Amino acid sequence: MGSAYTPGLTVSARTRIEKLRRLPLKGKVLVQEGDQVEPTTIVARTELPGIMQTVRLAENMGIEPSELMSALKVKEGDRIEKGMLLAQTKGLFGLFKNEYRSQVQGTLEFISEKTGHLGVRQPPTPIEKDAYIRGVVKTVIPEEGVIIQCEGALVQGIFGVGGERQGIIALACDSPDAALTGTQITPAHQGKIVVGGSNVSLDALKRAAEVGAAGIVVGGVVDRDLIEYLRMALNDPNYDIGVAITGQEPISFTLVITEGFGTIRMAKRTFQLLQSLEGKTASINGATQIRAGVIRPEVIVPLSLGGEIEAQAASGGELAIGTPIRVIREPYFGILGSVTDLPAELVQVESETWVRVLEAKLEDGRKVVVPRANVEIIAG
Amino acid sequence: MSEVRSILATDCGSTTTKAILIEKRGSEYRLIVRGEAPTTVEAPFDDVTVGVINAVREVEELSGKRLISPEGKILTPAQDEKTGVDLYLSTSSAGGGLQMTVAGVVKAMSAESAQRAALGAGAIIIDVIAVDDGRKDYQKVERIRQLRPDMILMSGGTDGGTVNHLVELAEMLVSADPKPRLGLGANLPVIYAGNKDAFPPVQELLDGRVELRQVENLRPTLERENLLPAREAIHDLFLEHVMQQAPGYSKLSTWVSRGIMSTPNAVGKIMQTIANQRNITVLGVDIGGATTDVFSVFRNEAGESIFNRTVSANLGMSYSICNVLTEAKTENINRWLPFEISEAELRNQLRNKMIRPTTIPQRRMDLMIEQAVSREALRLAFDHHKSLARGLTGIQQQRTIGEALSQDATGKTLVNMMDLDMIVGSGGVLSHAPRRAQSAMMMMDAYQPEGVTLLTVDSIFMMPQLGILSTIHEEAATQVFERDCLIYLGTCIAPVGIGKEGEECVKVQFQGETVSVPFGTISVIPFGFVSGDEGEPKRAEAVIEPARNFDVGAGKGRHRTVTVTGGVVGLMIDARGRPLTLPADNAARIRKLREWMTAMGVPCEV
Repeated sequence: MGSAYTPGLTVSARTRIEKLRRLPLKGKVLVQEGDQVEPTTIVARTELPGIMQTVRLAENMGIEPSELMSALKVKEGDRIEKGMLLAQTKGLFGLFKNEYRSQVQGTLEFISEKTGHLGVRQPPTPIEKDAYIRGVVKTVIPEEGVIIQCEGALVQGIFGVGGERQGIIALACDSPDAALTGTQITPAHQGKIVVGGSNVSLDALKRAAEVGAAGIVVGGVVDRDLIEYLRMALNDPNYDIGVAITGQEPISFTLVITEGFGTIRMAKRTFQLLQSLEGKTASINGATQIRAGVIRPEVIVPLSLGGEIEAQAASGGELAIGTPIRVIREPYFGILGSVTDLPAELVQVESETWVRVLEAKLEDGRKVVVPRANVEIIAG
Repeated sequence: MSEVRSILATDCGSTTTKAILIEKRGSEYRLIVRGEAPTTVEAPFDDVTVGVINAVREVEELSGKRLISPEGKILTPAQDEKTGVDLYLSTSSAGGGLQMTVAGVVKAMSAESAQRAALGAGAIIIDVIAVDDGRKDYQKVERIRQLRPDMILMSGGTDGGTVNHLVELAEMLVSADPKPRLGLGANLPVIYAGNKDAFPPVQELLDGRVELRQVENLRPTLERENLLPAREAIHDLFLEHVMQQAPGYSKLSTWVSRGIMSTPNAVGKIMQTIANQRNITVLGVDIGGATTDVFSVFRNEAGESIFNRTVSANLGMSYSICNVLTEAKTENINRWLPFEISEAELRNQLRNKMIRPTTIPQRRMDLMIEQAVSREALRLAFDHHKSLARGLTGIQQQRTIGEALSQDATGKTLVNMMDLDMIVGSGGVLSHAPRRAQSAMMMMDAYQPEGVTLLTVDSIFMMPQLGILSTIHEEAATQVFERDCLIYLGTCIAPVGIGKEGEECVKVQFQGETVSVPFGTISVIPFGFVSGDEGEPKRAEAVIEPARNFDVGAGKGRHRTVTVTGGVVGLMIDARGRPLTLPADNAARIRKLREWMTAMGVPCEV
C-alpha cells in the first residue's frame, strides 16, 4: 500500500477553476459566452412577481362602484406610488371633495366597475446571481445561469463557516505559526480577507465582525471559540456543528481554516502563497459538507491569463522515500517532515494497533514512526 | 453454478473499504487474506472504485495472486490458480449518513410531525420548509439547492383538507429541481405523506422529476399523528437510494458478479442466520464511520422470533463523530475516560477526526477517546433501535392502524435484555480494537447486558461480505463465518440490581470453585477454547447465585444453572449493577474505570 489518501485539498498558485452560477427560478441570463465578468457582475436575473393588493376604493371613499370611474385619477397600467392620489370626487360646488391616496406601491393592474376595487400589483422582487469570481463566461445555461471559468490561485481549506464574499487579501500575522488575536485586527481590515497563522482567538473573531472584515483565513480554531462565537452571532445558545454542513450561517464574515481544530500552524506553502497574493482581490466561501460528495471551503484569486497551469498540488499520491508530508493526527499533528522509510510489515504503535506505518524525519529533527493513514502528502 | 473455488468480496464503508479473499482449501472454504484502504469518495479521486482497487491491491500483495486486470478492473472469472477469482461481490454503505429536508404546510403542525417522523428514522434535518415559514419561495428553492438533502419528506393537509398548499410545495420542488447529492443520474427520493386527495396533482407535477413515493398521511386528522409509515419509507429509501450510493458506484456495479447490496442488508442476513441456526435471541451491531446499524432477533409474546433492523443514519465514528458529540454531550463521552482531559481538547480531537475521517489513533489516549465515543454511539443507536423495534417489522404480518400507533409500547416489550442470549459486535472500532477485552467492555458498557449473555465480535470486520455471499453461496459463507469470522469473547454474567460498594452481589460455582464477586466490581475467570487460542469455545455448567436484591434471570435472589461459553476474554462476571451508574466524583470515577479495565486486562495508563 504505497499510497496516501488525504482529503486532497488543493493549494495551487495557478489552476483552472470553474463555478456554476444558477438562479433559483428560471429567468434571464445577462451575459454571453466569452464575456469577461467581475465578481459583482450580475450574470443572471429573474423577478419574483409581486403580490396583488386589492384596494377597496369605492368602499373606502364611501361612494357607489358606479361613481368610481368619474372619480378616478389613474388608469390601468399606471405606476402607483405610496401617497399618490388615486381618486377624488367632485364634491359639492367644488367643496367637500373626497379623495383617496394610495397606501401601496405597484402597478395598477385592474379596475373593477362592479365592485369598485382596484388591483395593484406590488413591484416584483429582483433575484440576481453574481459571478462570484472574476473570469470568463464559459457556458450559458439558457434561462438558468452560467459557468464561469478563470485561471487563478486556489486554496482549499479543511473547514469553514459563512458564505460567498470578496475582499482584498491582507496578512495580519508575519508567520504561519503566529496566532491571530483581536489586537491585530484593525479598522484597516474592513472589507479585507485577513490571513492569520496558527489560530484565530474568540476575541479576534469578535473584532473581525466589529471592523467589518470580509473573511479570515487561518490554520486552526479552537472548537469552543468557534461555537461560542457562532452561538453569540446567531443568537442561538444551542447552536452546534453536528454533521458539518456549513456556509449558510448569517455571520458578517467568512472563516476558512486550512489545517484543523486547535492551534495548528498553517502549512508553510499555503501561508507563502497567501503572502504572495497580498493586496489582490479574492473570492472566499466557507461552505463545507463533510460526507460523500464533499464540499470544501475555498479562497480563489483570479489571475490574468497566460501563466503556466500548475499541476494539482497537495492531492493524494504515491508515498516514497523523501516525499514531503504533514502529519494530520496527534501526537505530531500539523508537523511537516519527509519520509525516510516505508516498512512493508505491520507495526504496532502506542495504542497497540497494528498498522502500516512510515518512518519520517520531522522538520524539528525528530525521527518518528507514524501510521500511513495519518499523513498527507504536500507539494514541495 | 460451476464449482466456486475463489471469492473476492469488498465492503465499501463510508470511511474504509475492506476486501477479503476466500478460497476453497480441501473440502472447506476459508478466509485467506484481507486488505483495506481508505474509501475514496473525496476529491481528488471521487470514485469509490479507487479505494476498492487499493484494498484489493493489498490482497494481491498478501496472497501472491493477480486479481486486477491491466485495465484496472477485478479479474473474474478466474483464469488459473494464480489469476483472478470465480466470484466478485461487494456491499456498500459509502454514501454515508442521511440528511433530510422536511416540508409541510403549517410549520407548527404538519411540518413538525414530518420533523418527528424524520428524526425517528435516524435522519438529521437540515431544514424545515413550510408554506408559512416566512421565507419567499425562491429563498426556499435556493436553500434546497445549497443544502443538497438526500431526501425530502413532504407533508401537509389533513385527509380531505387543503390541496392547493401541497401543490404549491410541489411547484417549489419543481423549481428547485433537486438533484441527489452524489449526482448519479437517479432522481431524488421524495416521500409524500400528506393529504391523500392532493396526491394526484402533486404526482402529476413531480412525476419523472423525483423518485416519488406515497405513504399514509402522517397527520390524517388534526388530532392524530401517524408517523410510522413515513418513518419506514425513509428507512427503506435510505437503504435503497442513499446509503450504498457513492461516486463511482455505477462503475463498481459493472465489476461485480451479482448486484451490490447495502451493508445493513448484508449484515442483517448474517444476524438472522445466527439466530435461526442456533435458535437464540441476538442483538447485533455494525458501527461504521457514518452510520450505526443495529439488528435484533427477540421473541414476541407468541414465542415467534422477530427480526428488527434499524440504521441510525448519523451516529458513527468518523464522518458522524461530531453528531455523536452533539447528541451525547461532552460529559457523557468524558465519563468513560480513565484520565482527565479538558473539554476543549476533547472537542478539538473529535472535530479533527470528523474532518480527517480516515486517520488512526496512534496514542493510547486517542484510542480511549474513540472507544469512549463508540460507547455513546452504541448506546444512542440502541435507544433508537428500541424505539423502533416492534413485533411486526421484517415478517409478513398485517398491521392495523391501532397497532402502528402503539409502536412504542410494543417495541419496549420486545427488546428484553434479560432474554438476550448473544451480542454480536461488528465495525471498525469493535473488530479492530487492539485487545478483544476492549471490545467486550465497549459492548458491556453501552448495552449493559443482563443475566447471562454471550459476547462475540466479528474478527476482522467481514460480516457484510459474508452476508452478501450467503445469498449466493451459503456453504462458503457459513464455513468462513464459523471458522474465521465469529470470535467468542466469552459469557458475561450481569446481575440486575443495585447494592452498596463491596457488598456481596453474586457467587458463581464454576469448575469446582466458587467465586464471590462483590458489588461494584468485575471479575474475569479465564475460560477459553477447546484447543489453542481459537476455534471451538469451551462450554461448561455454572451455578449462579445472586444476592438477595439481585436477579440473573430467575428472580431476585434465585439461583440459576446455565451453560456458559468460553472465549478470548473468558467468563466475565459484571457485578457493577444494573442500571450501571458511574461515581459522580471525578477522581472516584477514574479510579473505578481503571479498576474495571485492569480486571478485564485492558491497559489504562496514558
